[in-house]
Parts: sequence; C-alpha cells; structure tokens
Amino acid sequence: MTRKQKRLAIIAAGAVFLAGAAALVTSALRDQIVFFSSPTDIVAQGVAPGTRIRLGGLVEEGSVVRGDDASVTFGVTDTNEAVKVTYKGILPDLFREGQGVVVEGVFEPASGTFAADTVLAKHDENYMPKEVVDSLKAQGVWQHDTAAPAAN
Amino acid sequence: MVTELGHFALILALATAIVQAIVPVLGARRGDAAMMAVAPAAALAVFILVAVAFLALVHAYVISDFSVLNVVENSHSMKPMIYKITGVWGNHEGSMLLWVSILVLFSALVAVFGRNLPATLKANVLGVQAWITVAFLLFILLTSNPFARILPAPAEGNDLNPILQDIGLAIHPPLLYLGYVGFSVSFSFALAALIEGRIDAAWARWVRPWTLAAWTFLTAGIAMGSYWAYYELGWGGWWFWDPVENASFMPWLAGTALLHSAVVMEKREALKVWTVFLAILAFSLSLLGTFLVRSGVLTSVHAFATDPTRGVFILAILAIFIGGALALFGLRATALRTGGLFAPISREGALVLNNLFLTTAVATVFVGTLYPLLLEATAGTKISVGAPFFNLTFGPLMVPLLLAVPFGPLLAWKRADLLAAAQRLYAAVGVSMAVALLVVYLREGGPVLAGPAIALGVFVILGAITDLWLRAGFGRLETGVALRRLAGLPRSAFGTAFAHAGLGVSVVGIVAASVFSTEAVVSMKPGDTVTAGGYTLRFEGLRDVTGPNYTAQSGEFTVSRAGSVVARVASAKRFYPARQMPTTEAGILTFGASQLYVSLGDPEANGGLVVRVWWKSWVTFIWYGTLLMMLGGALSLSDRRLRIGAPSRPRAPKAAEAAKAAA
Repeated sequence: MTRKQKRLAIIAAGAVFLAGAAALVTSALRDQIVFFSSPTDIVAQGVAPGTRIRLGGLVEEGSVVRGDDASVTFGVTDTNEAVKVTYKGILPDLFREGQGVVVEGVFEPASGTFAADTVLAKHDENYMPKEVVDSLKAQGVWQHDTAAPAAN
Repeated sequence: MVTELGHFALILALATAIVQAIVPVLGARRGDAAMMAVAPAAALAVFILVAVAFLALVHAYVISDFSVLNVVENSHSMKPMIYKITGVWGNHEGSMLLWVSILVLFSALVAVFGRNLPATLKANVLGVQAWITVAFLLFILLTSNPFARILPAPAEGNDLNPILQDIGLAIHPPLLYLGYVGFSVSFSFALAALIEGRIDAAWARWVRPWTLAAWTFLTAGIAMGSYWAYYELGWGGWWFWDPVENASFMPWLAGTALLHSAVVMEKREALKVWTVFLAILAFSLSLLGTFLVRSGVLTSVHAFATDPTRGVFILAILAIFIGGALALFGLRATALRTGGLFAPISREGALVLNNLFLTTAVATVFVGTLYPLLLEATAGTKISVGAPFFNLTFGPLMVPLLLAVPFGPLLAWKRADLLAAAQRLYAAVGVSMAVALLVVYLREGGPVLAGPAIALGVFVILGAITDLWLRAGFGRLETGVALRRLAGLPRSAFGTAFAHAGLGVSVVGIVAASVFSTEAVVSMKPGDTVTAGGYTLRFEGLRDVTGPNYTAQSGEFTVSRAGSVVARVASAKRFYPARQMPTTEAGILTFGASQLYVSLGDPEANGGLVVRVWWKSWVTFIWYGTLLMMLGGALSLSDRRLRIGAPSRPRAPKAAEAAKAAA
C-alpha cells in the first residue's frame, strides 16, 4: 500500500469506529437516560406508565413510615404537591425529614405512588441535590440560601 | 506567622514561575544558552517555594490553628493526627495547593533528570510547565487562598466531612493528582515539539517514562478511589459512572492510548502527529476533570466546591490551554515529518486499533458525562445518564479491544502474519472456551453471557502468559535454557505481560462481581440469622462504641459455615457530633477472592434492625488486576532503555535471538 492509501485506510477505519460509536451513543441516549421531575410535574403532567424517572424534592415532615422487612414509605414534596414514595432497602445515612432527596424508580398512576429502587440523599449536612434546589427555586419556595455549602 | 510565610512563598513562587514561563522560551527562540539555563534553576526554586507554602498549610492543620479559615472549616482539635494532615487536601483550597505542588514537583523532576535533553527542548518543556503553573497559582491566590485568616478565631473547628476521614482519602487524591498532573509533562513535551517543529524517536523515549509514571499513578489513584467508595460509602458498589469518576477515567483511557502510540513512535518513528495529539488530549482531559470537580458544575459526592467565580476561572484556564494547544497543533502538526510505513496487519496496526478503540471509548464517556450538562444549559431539561448508558456504549467497545489484546504483542513490527499469531494462541483460546463452558455448567440458570465474558478475561490473562512463554522459548528449547532466556527478557516485556494480565484479572472480577453476587436486605433482631454465599451470619446485637471524634453503634455478627463459627464481623453506624453527621462503616470479610459485605440500616418500629448483606463473588480480583497493571507500569518504567542517560545497550546476541524468536 502506498502512504496515501494507508492514510486513507486509517481514516476510513477511524470513521467507521466513530460512526459505530455514534450509533451506540444515540441509541443509548434515546433509551437509557432518565428525566428528572418534581412532584408538581408528576401531578400536573403525569408520567407514562413504566418510564423510569428521577423525582426530587424534600422529604415531607412526619411522612416517614417504616414498615416491616426493611420497607419504608415517605412523601416527597416541593411544598406545592407531594408524591408518596415506597422503597425497600437501606436509606442513605443523611436521609432525614425536611431534607432534600432524589429517588429513582417508576411512578404508578393507578395507586398514585412512586416505587423507588434507588434513594439518593445528600452527602453532608449542607448539600442539597442541585435538581432539587433548581426545582424549589422554580416553585418560588427556595428560601434558605444557607443551604448552599460555603466551600466545605 | 508560619501561615503568612506560606502565603508569601506562594506569591514568590508565582513571580518566579512567570520568569520561568517567559525567559527560557525566548532563549530557545534566540538560541541564547544563558536564558535557557534559567529554566532548571527557576523550576527548582518554584518547587521549593510551593513546598514551603504547602508545609505551612500542613503546619496550620497540625497545630489546629483556628485563626486560619481553611483549618476552621475542615479540621477539629479532637481529630486524629493522620486526618488532620490528610484534611489538608480534603477541601477545595488545600487540594488545589496539592495539585500545584505536584505540578511543580514534576517540573523540578524534569529539570533534574532531563540533563541529557537538548537545551532548547528542555527550555521549552519547562517553559510550558511554567505556563500551567502560573495559571493555577493565579487561580489559588485570586479565588481559593488557603491562607485566609478569620477574625475572631473560633475556639473549635467544623471538622472534616466524616466520609473523608478515612485512610483511603489520605492516599487517593495524591495518587490521582500524581496521575492527572503527570500528564502535564507529556503535554509540555508535545507543545515544545510543536513549538520547535521537530520531533523524533528520541522525543518519544523521553516522553514515555513520564507518561508511564503518570499512567501508573493514575491507575493506582482510580483503583484506590474505587475501593474507597466500595468500603466507605456502604453501598457495596465499586464504580458508579459518577461524573467525577468519569473525569478521572477519561485521562486514563487517553493516557493508555498515548502509552501505546508512544511505543510505535519510539520503535518505528510512525504515528508522530497522532502521539502529539494524544499527549495534548490526555492532559486536556485531566484539566477537564479538574474543572468538573473543582467548579462544582456537577452534582456529585465529590463536589465540595461550589463557587461560580472559581468555575469561570478554571473554565478560562481550560479554554486557553486546550484551545491554545489545539491551535498550535493545527498550525504546526504538518511540519512534523511523517515516519515509518507499516502494513495494516502488524504490531503498529494492532496499536493503531488499540488507539482507535480507546479514543472512541473516551468519546462515549465524554458524551455521557457532558451531555446532561449541555442539555440543561441549552434546553433546560434535566436528565441523568447512568450506568445503563455506559454499559451499552462503553461495554461493546471493550469486547473487541479485549479480544485483540493478546494478539498485539505476538505480531511483528511492520508486517505480520495474523494466522501465525492466531495459531500461537490456540492453547489460550481452547482453555478460555473450556472456562466458558465450565462457568455456564456450574452456574446453570445464571446469565448465559457470564461464561463468555469471564472467558474473555481468562483469554487476556492467558494471552499475556503465552507471550512470555513464546519469547522465552518454552517447549521449543530446553527448560533450563528457556528459564534463563525468560530471566533475560527486557523488563518492558514483563511490564506489558503484567499490565495485560492485570486487565484480564480485573475483567474476570468485574464480570463475576456483577453477575454472581447476591444481596439480601433483611430486618434482624439479636439471634436472627441470614445466609450469603454459603455462610450464615448470626446477629449478636448492637454495642455502643466511642471513638476519638465520633460515637458509634456497632452491629456484631458471627459468621459460620456448616455449623462452625469461622469469623466475626462488625458493621457500624457512626455519628460525628461536630458535623451532626452519620456515616456507615461496612463490615467486610474476605474469603478467598470473594467478600462478605455487611452494612447497617435504621432500626425498625418492631425492634428489628435493617441489615444489608452482600456476597460479592471474586470482587477482589478487580483490584488485584489493577495492582498487576501498576506492577506492569513500574516494571516497564524500570526498563534500562527508558532510564534517561543510560547508554543504549548494544544488542546482546541473546536479546537478538529472543527478538527473532518472538517475531
């Protein structure tokens, strides 16, 4: 092969790779991404059954009920609307009432509950998930700016 | 006083770095030896000054000087000494200072070990290193000064985030930064080559040890971080495709590609332009990682910095360095003479294939990490891209790459015979297939793909062994002769074999831990039992424990197998009063390559305690594999050929014979 052909071959191989990767990425982006919603979004717009979403907000005061066998239910609120969440497993260390939380799972319109398989809470006492802060701000109920961690 | 000294030293370091950034580069242009000679002296001076600043901050932490804001925010007088010291880099300001300290350490090392470098190249390399140093020193002094005082000084500090009070944190960031920042040397060499418009095999020989060292440290840093997350966060996961993890993984992938393309350049003078590009890419991704972590743009476990001015500052640094480097690349790359020719089926061809896979993998990780940010900035839609995305995109790219790994070292340079290489791998292929069948048979009903996936890892391991076996001439020569030849093989041959085998070991661990692990979440009262992986855990009860700066409730378990007690394990929930923050301390027992992992949840209304028990099959292989990779890196680094200044050894007849045998 001449130098030119060789270079063309490498460029062609590279193009094939990139095309393959692009196909993988776009198909995965179509199917595998998870959208974030607030309780108000869910109540107002609903969710297509079976779609995985992330729900973020504050853990409603006085709503945490521990059942048997490691199951727990709690409300997630953006102070406007609240959604009941069921979960089975160990809650994160910093899961507390009145604090920010993000849960991932499927909303069941029939029962109006959100079946979560993942619960993410903040990792220190100042942290609040960015999505939650933004959604609270959008609802106009964001007040405690102190919750933004001061470079710790 | 010491604190002000540190602050002053940092400012002096900036001034000196500015000199180092300008004078040697001008000297190199003008051919002025005296101006070029400024570079090593300035590099050493900057290193000493930054070291003084760093030690001054350490001093403030050690004596718990609560008149320093940074100490107040991140330390506590009751904290154990080791965490007082590691707390220095457990926060934004301190970790940036560590970053710069390591950067100037590398500059100083280039100044010291680069005595044999051509004068202009050395001046330019140290000049570019100084550009980076100036940018980050400005960043620290203007936006993230660790030496700021607070008045009045409080009596007690806020303590370090308890999650970070762990020996893993002591080691993880320095290792990671040694890797990240180590790529700055390759970057500086690449820019220096572009500035001079000249590049040759000797350049690759100088660049390779630095890349190798950075890669080895980055491997160690990522592995350490993964193990730390595994045992400290109590979630039992070892990789979350978290943006911050991706931020360290992308430079690793690019660095791996660079390592391989630099081999081609050193041996065959081919792929010059590509190697330079990869050197720029690897450090650009390191800078991107620094930006993602330090700007607080991500919502992540690691983002303890959230200040927009800092984000904009780092973004500017990012734009200037990456944009500038790529512009220079675009302007000057054509000036670099292209090198040796090779056929597609050859060692070079295999390494090009490796590079294509790795850079494409970088691209997919890049998209998955940055797409959500981009989408939120442009469309305002919030999405999260998690493990399923990466499993679908990254996974398929790795399968053919892993299949190709054993072939690479068996192919000859320039033009090779794929069939001959395949024939040499018959044994490896046969054994791997047997393993696949065995796995499917033993784990009947398990996922069918587990068999081939584990076999793939085994194939990579056996391929590495086959390479050494053939090079030494086992089976062809007398065993004694072959053993002597094995001992006489260059260290880099062992380096390649160990690193590749390590990759295989990690793959086996990853597949086994993902597929065969079991998990049970149960509510337990004292006396209750739960089984996992053939072991029975009996909950003995909760015990109160008091630590130096925390209190804990420790759940005690006895572990028995076939009726007899084999071990005890405790898993605790700690509470740190200074931050009002609980943490989970998982209880981990290692049995062979597998681990039993216990973490505690909350007490329930009926008096039970939620307990999560995992049986993690072969999970330790993941980290044993990375240890092998690091060993491989260290072995290659110790190869005589790469020791700068060592005269190139005349090819001994034995080595020539070995090379012929390998070909």
